Amino acid sequence: MSSPTSTPGGRKRGRNTNPSTPSSEGPTSPPSQRRRGQDSSTGDLMPMPTSPATDMLSPAAPQDNSLLSSPRPSVLPNEVDMSSPLMYGTPMRGTPARQRPDLGSVRKAPQVDLQSEPPSADGAVTSESNTGQRLVIWGTDVNVGTCKEKFQRKVMVFISVVGDPVLNVNCLHVQSFDAELYRQLICYPQEVIPTFDMAVNELFFERFPDSILEFQIQVRPYNALKTRNMRNLNPEDIDQLITISGMVIRTSQLIPEMQEAFFQCQVCAFSTRVEVDRGRIAEPSVCRNCNTTHSLAIVHNRSVFSDKQMVKIQESPEDMPAGQTPHTTIVYAHNDLVDKVQPGDRINITGVYRAVPMRANPRQSNVKSVYKTHIDAIHFHKTDEKRLHGLDEDAEQKLFTEDRVQTLKELAAKPDVYERLSSALAPSIYEHEDIKKGILLQLFGGARKDFSQTGRGNFRADVNILLCGDPGTSKSQLLQYVYNLVPRGQYTSGKGSSAVGLTAYVMRDPETRQLVLQTGALVLSDNGICCIDEFDKMSDSTRSVLHEVMEQQTLSIAKAGIICQLNARTSVLAAANPIESQWNPKKTTIENIQLPHTLLSRFDLIFLMLDPQDEAYDRRLAHHLVSLYYQSEEQIEEEFLDMAVLRDYIAYARTYINPRLSEEASQALIEAYVDMRKIGSGRGMVSAYPRQLESLIRLAEAHAKVRFSEKVETIDVEEAKRLHREALKQSATDPRTGFVDISILTTGMSATARKRKEEVAQALKKLIQAKGKTPAMKYQQLLEDLRGQSENAITKELFDEALRALADEDYLTVTGKTVRLLA
Amino acid sequence: MMPSTHDWINNPLGVVEGMFAASQNNPNSGWEAKAVEFFKDHLKEKDAHTWVPSLNDVPLHYLKPNSLVKFRCLIQDMFDPEFYMGVYEAVDPSTKAKVLRCGKYKDVTECGVDFDSRNTVTAERQTFYCVPIPGENPWVKESYAGSSQARVVPSTSYAPTRQKRSYEEDDDMDDMDTQMQREPHTGPQSPTEQHGNGDCKRRETEAPSSQTAPASHLDLNFPLPGEKGPSCLVKVYEDWDGFKLNDTLEVFGILSVSPALSALADKKDASSSLLDPTECMETAEEQRVHSPPASLVPRLHVLYAKPLPHNNPLLPSATLEDNSAFLSSTLSEMASVRAELLTFLTPILLGDALAAEYLILHLISNVYSRRDVLPLGKFTLNLSGCPTVASYTERFYQIIQQLVPSSYYLGMSLQNMNQMRFVPKKDYSANRLVSGALQLARNTSLFLDETQLEQGQLDTAGVRNVTALGNLITWQKVDYDFNYHQMEFPCNINVLIASEGRSLLPSDCQIHLQSQITPPHMEEYLSSIHVHPQASQLNKFRMYLSVARLLNYSISDEVTKSVEDDFVDMRKDDPQSISAEDLHRMLVVARLLSLSLGQTSLSRDSWLRAKHIELLRRSRMEQHTCVNGNEP
Repeated sequence: MSSPTSTPGGRKRGRNTNPSTPSSEGPTSPPSQRRRGQDSSTGDLMPMPTSPATDMLSPAAPQDNSLLSSPRPSVLPNEVDMSSPLMYGTPMRGTPARQRPDLGSVRKAPQVDLQSEPPSADGAVTSESNTGQRLVIWGTDVNVGTCKEKFQRKVMVFISVVGDPVLNVNCLHVQSFDAELYRQLICYPQEVIPTFDMAVNELFFERFPDSILEFQIQVRPYNALKTRNMRNLNPEDIDQLITISGMVIRTSQLIPEMQEAFFQCQVCAFSTRVEVDRGRIAEPSVCRNCNTTHSLAIVHNRSVFSDKQMVKIQESPEDMPAGQTPHTTIVYAHNDLVDKVQPGDRINITGVYRAVPMRANPRQSNVKSVYKTHIDAIHFHKTDEKRLHGLDEDAEQKLFTEDRVQTLKELAAKPDVYERLSSALAPSIYEHEDIKKGILLQLFGGARKDFSQTGRGNFRADVNILLCGDPGTSKSQLLQYVYNLVPRGQYTSGKGSSAVGLTAYVMRDPETRQLVLQTGALVLSDNGICCIDEFDKMSDSTRSVLHEVMEQQTLSIAKAGIICQLNARTSVLAAANPIESQWNPKKTTIENIQLPHTLLSRFDLIFLMLDPQDEAYDRRLAHHLVSLYYQSEEQIEEEFLDMAVLRDYIAYARTYINPRLSEEASQALIEAYVDMRKIGSGRGMVSAYPRQLESLIRLAEAHAKVRFSEKVETIDVEEAKRLHREALKQSATDPRTGFVDISILTTGMSATARKRKEEVAQALKKLIQAKGKTPAMKYQQLLEDLRGQSENAITKELFDEALRALADEDYLTVTGKTVRLLA
Repeated sequence: MMPSTHDWINNPLGVVEGMFAASQNNPNSGWEAKAVEFFKDHLKEKDAHTWVPSLNDVPLHYLKPNSLVKFRCLIQDMFDPEFYMGVYEAVDPSTKAKVLRCGKYKDVTECGVDFDSRNTVTAERQTFYCVPIPGENPWVKESYAGSSQARVVPSTSYAPTRQKRSYEEDDDMDDMDTQMQREPHTGPQSPTEQHGNGDCKRRETEAPSSQTAPASHLDLNFPLPGEKGPSCLVKVYEDWDGFKLNDTLEVFGILSVSPALSALADKKDASSSLLDPTECMETAEEQRVHSPPASLVPRLHVLYAKPLPHNNPLLPSATLEDNSAFLSSTLSEMASVRAELLTFLTPILLGDALAAEYLILHLISNVYSRRDVLPLGKFTLNLSGCPTVASYTERFYQIIQQLVPSSYYLGMSLQNMNQMRFVPKKDYSANRLVSGALQLARNTSLFLDETQLEQGQLDTAGVRNVTALGNLITWQKVDYDFNYHQMEFPCNINVLIASEGRSLLPSDCQIHLQSQITPPHMEEYLSSIHVHPQASQLNKFRMYLSVARLLNYSISDEVTKSVEDDFVDMRKDDPQSISAEDLHRMLVVARLLSLSLGQTSLSRDSWLRAKHIELLRRSRMEQHTCVNGNEP
């Protein structure tokens, strides 16, 4: 059997234009003759001047529709050209057939009896079928009977839902059922799909003989394994069934496309119909009835049109090799697929790839030797829908080849995979191991949980990380790296971005003049990571939108009459510089970066990137940097995991691994939390809140994902605990006492600081009481008195705070420079 | 069958067709590879490539259609791959017999194509939209044109009236119907043509002088405003995956200017479009862009495309490694040329020798590698303290222009920042990438004149432009705007910022000019600066700068050790004095310093010298800690 791909040029032309092929069934006989009777019966009706699409969805009066130019119901069952093997069997009662413009005109495809005619050189090949029937469709090796039977058996096996009269068929299932059938489907979709239609309809009406459908069932295969990148399409794919992914960039208006032209003789009013063949109408030059030449004129109202829409799709950015621009492909959507997709949608489209020669211009002898290519869409699958409705098995099957999965699994089985991956992360940045580990866990993320049943809504699964530290400690570089690593990453700088740039804004579309919602970085990075540099330079209003995003993971918008809530399930990786140009070790994190504690408490991990100022470290750093400047590319590659492997590893784990807490792990988490609470309670402080417990769970789950483990085990919890502690040690240490104090992050003030404030207030009160009955005092005087009395240094701020505390108690008021006691 | 020298240049299609015909009896002859090999071999011959006329310096109408031409260009945009008839069957008009024809390297088929023939072979090719290298300096153009040995005579295939038609009129043709074409075209001397200088024939390929030109003109999509030269649709037949956007190439290919190409695009027959699915696929805009008139945008069918590692006509075309004699002779001279260049540049930088030294380092800098996101080797220089009198910065730029192959002066005036398009943007209705000023070839010198900055408000576009400049400097990448997403394109652009105070943009290295001239005499001094040195000296400098950039570089283990020691020692004394970032910079300075002296590995001396000049520069910085709120 000759391979179908070996004759790319020969196959695509003239499937039904070979007059020399004898055919017993007379496929070339003009259909008009058989229709004459019907035409005359309706001929006295007035032609209805309707626009093509108005009556599309009214099945109420199918008979009346026969004269409308609406495509579907106009082909009445008794009109069907029964001569073609590809018409859908016997006419079904009351259920009209419907043309398939997506497959072009196939009804004339002749069947060739192999017994009477040897296979031609063109590639009509012997059928494998063992049944007595040896008919194959000319030019292919498709045997209608076998094909039908196989498919019916297949449908019985993988029976799908019948809602719309459309049957979506996963090609993968076809393949697992019968590889030969699958190959035929891929190579000869134009013939095989109508055969499938036929099979399904026969089956359906056998089972439900009394049902009436809107139109006959159509089969829409999808997920052809020949799924490929737009870039890989080549001439061999012409006229084959392909599935490609891409992003819709433009859709045209609805184009009424003529399916069948209606000609009427100007002399004798004899009418005839001519089917449009690949965009061309063969205008009859002679009237059959009165033999007048050039007397036939087209009547547009009575011609049959179908809906058509041009959709332009572009390669998705993920599939592109670096340094090239994305390719675009034109797709035609027909009938009910029209308006199914919008610009901006990411879709998988299954269809037949076509190449059309440039039309020969009668006025010109030379023509462009270029074909125009497009895809006739059979099935659209929006891939971004899965973002709204959880995960979807079909979309991912093609993500990884088996080899790749094998490599990834081997990597995952290594005991030091966690260390390996974290060191592969941003190798040009020196050390900061724990920070890299934290970011690694962020890349994997926790497991998504849904508690909406119990009223809590979705649980945040994404890990948020804040890096703060001295300028020039490669924070931005780390952010850039992460942004480049993840497919749905966004990078913004707090300095330049406004609240609208982060969230969404409403603008008028220049083309349609309609208000459209343009989404900002946070929405765009849904399911990805949003890197925000110079977090501290953000304005307060901008920062306030992050409150909602970082815990509820939604974004509420009320602008220009558009009120909506968008998903923003994004991990935030932020970097902040200290207010003073250098990190002040004597101050707390909050004091150093001046961010509201409400925001800080939403970060799972807060890391300090400080200069360790240690000789051994300096030496290693210097070595690292110098080697950066002279190592060759090959050496670098040997040392570290490839960025692409890392990316795949993360993608794989994120889609396939969904770990659950094991019993021991839950216990370990509980213990860890209780321990954290205990540490503080000894000193009268709260050192952990439920938010910290949630963080621990997320981190533990992420660590389990790193191991490709479906179960969160104690080691995961241990690592989560360690990392959490490390981050806390760096960021939540009270510089005055040296203790880790979570309240610095949750309330903005360490417990000792709060205690101290109370002490000063009490001392001040005592001082004033000791002064006796003086209703008013000088502010400066009081401060000096207090300073003289106290053992510790009293700063002006502390004094002011104490005054404010007393004022809150209604003990005194401060007016300008005087302090008055209230009675 | 061995065509003579003239034949392969004048009639390359004859060669191709001859090979095609010879292969007909032998299906596995691999004639396509042989044809490419044939041209490659011929071009390798000594000086052979100079015989081929260049689209860059010969006006299009002097070139013979279907002859071999070359084009020095930058890939500005990549169109979709197209399927064409590689082999087709046609009826020979004389014998009426069916013959197989080769469709490769051609845009149009001969008459009488049988579309339904079984012998048709569909093949694939890729189209690139190429423009002349943006910002290419006049001396480069002159030098290339001067070395050309191609003999061109005005082609006879075009009527003289057609040659001189300006593109405005071409445009009119697009809009009016086809009847225009049948009518004899009269009156080439339309009034619009008078304002051009002398050579009005070249005007047809001029870019609109500003990017705000009326949209009715066919925009040739040059990255920089005011550029001239033809743009070209380059059709690539093999290995197109190896080409990247913004690559600079020298393309040898067959010129195709068949008027049928544009005529096809003109036809907008309302009646026929209804039934023709091919017509309604594209918008009128897209057709204009993808099939512009061939008289304006010729098609070039590539036989051989050579990537240009540099664009300096003075350097031998072979790579440095292959040309050891040239390399060793230049290396030995480098130190002396450097000293000469230093003396040349010092008076221009108002007598500041340190600044001149840094300028040399900047001019030979080059992103030689990337470690994950980190570009290595970039050296953006911020020259602060520039006098604002007597258009000093412009004079200064003129000097740079004389030295580097391609450069662009960008005055950061409010108007420029708010109105210019910096970042290329995809136009989906025309389906092309609309270029921007930051779409530049590698090693282009971008001169940012911040002294032009005035008070006022940057609008959204302005802010975006400043961000783009910042990204360019920090990461050496430009995020092209694809409307639904952005796409990152790495670049390699030398950015020099001239400013009064510290620049508002980030930079790798800032040096404050220490003028040796007292302000009262400034204007007098500036106007006396010698802008035009001797050509021989200039050529020496040009060669020096290009060679220094191409050299390889290494650091021995020994020196690594001593650098480490130095770093640790410096940190020991005062940890604040030197950070990791400072070490980064010092390593770059040391690298560039070594290369500028012609040394391909770091020596202890060079390291110390780098440390020394960094120290000088930093001490100067401390004197000029002008606070303008832009400190990190």
